[in-house]
Amino acid sequence: MDSVPSGSPDDRPHDRPNDRPDGRPSRVGYLPDRDQTLMKLLVAGPFGVGKTTLIRTLSEIATLHTEEAMTETGRPVDDLAGLPEKSTTTVAVDFGRLTLPGNTVLYMFGTPGQRRFFPLWQDIARGALGALVLADTRRLADSFEIMDMIEEQGLPYAVAVNRFPGSPDHPPEVLRAHLDLHAATPLLLCDARERGSSLDALIALAEHVLDTLPAAATDPRERP
Amino acid sequence: MTAVPRRRMVPAYLATGGRSRPGTEGFERLTVLFADRADRAEPPTELEPEHRRLWELLRPGALTVVEAAAHLRLPVSATVFLAADLVEAGCLHARAPIPRAQQTDRSIVERLLVGLRALR
Repeated sequence: MDSVPSGSPDDRPHDRPNDRPDGRPSRVGYLPDRDQTLMKLLVAGPFGVGKTTLIRTLSEIATLHTEEAMTETGRPVDDLAGLPEKSTTTVAVDFGRLTLPGNTVLYMFGTPGQRRFFPLWQDIARGALGALVLADTRRLADSFEIMDMIEEQGLPYAVAVNRFPGSPDHPPEVLRAHLDLHAATPLLLCDARERGSSLDALIALAEHVLDTLPAAATDPRERP
Repeated sequence: MTAVPRRRMVPAYLATGGRSRPGTEGFERLTVLFADRADRAEPPTELEPEHRRLWELLRPGALTVVEAAAHLRLPVSATVFLAADLVEAGCLHARAPIPRAQQTDRSIVERLLVGLRALR
């Protein structure tokens, strides 16, 4: 860990610009135009895998977050009787923004990987073009839950292994087998702290999303 | 003094008046909110404090619902309620993330891909 140049590539809490102690909004990055096309990609994975790091690396605005109140699913209400805890959990959802050439703006949402947040996850996923799943070779299994959820939603995705110092390197075929990836699903290595590496991961995802879409003449939106 | 976080006067869940309302169906995280230039001097009607905070945030420029929510430190759902009220009152405009000019899924992803490659 000592050799890491600029912090660990995980997504531990960092300076959060919309948490100014005086309660006033931080500097606001307004949209330059009103007629831009806004797109959404998800950056998904377990806690600490580097979602926020990747978003922060690419975002042109300081990463923001919303506090989403979540009623946890599958939790009997009786469990809470007499306990001081609230019946809801608050989850911080980080996001960032990247303006692309061609009057296009990409929003990247970090999405929680646990199934108990499924309703929130579905809500965030609405309208998303695809998802980049981040994984850590030290704990690949932690990414299974979010991959299952994404597949259930029918959302195209790519898997990027975020390279942490000291993480074991496995050959791609071993990783693919462990993750039980479909042959068409892209698998790549990335460093969420590096802009080029993070862009490459999104490019691989976008190429894959395009592959999953029907050719122009049979676009589903043109059907009644 | 300014370093002490202030307890909000109206809890976020009350900012919506505790009601569900019609007219919020079209809103999502990336709905773009903006005020007309002519509307920017003063809001046309007297606004409640939470509505006024949203209106003032959007006075200088456009933001998505989720960005407005983050800056105001309100849940997205509460922000949607406030925005829908303001749109209904004619103080604010909202538009979908994808402009009406018909774009196919494929052409949108192509634009994404071209744009990402251009930044590489």
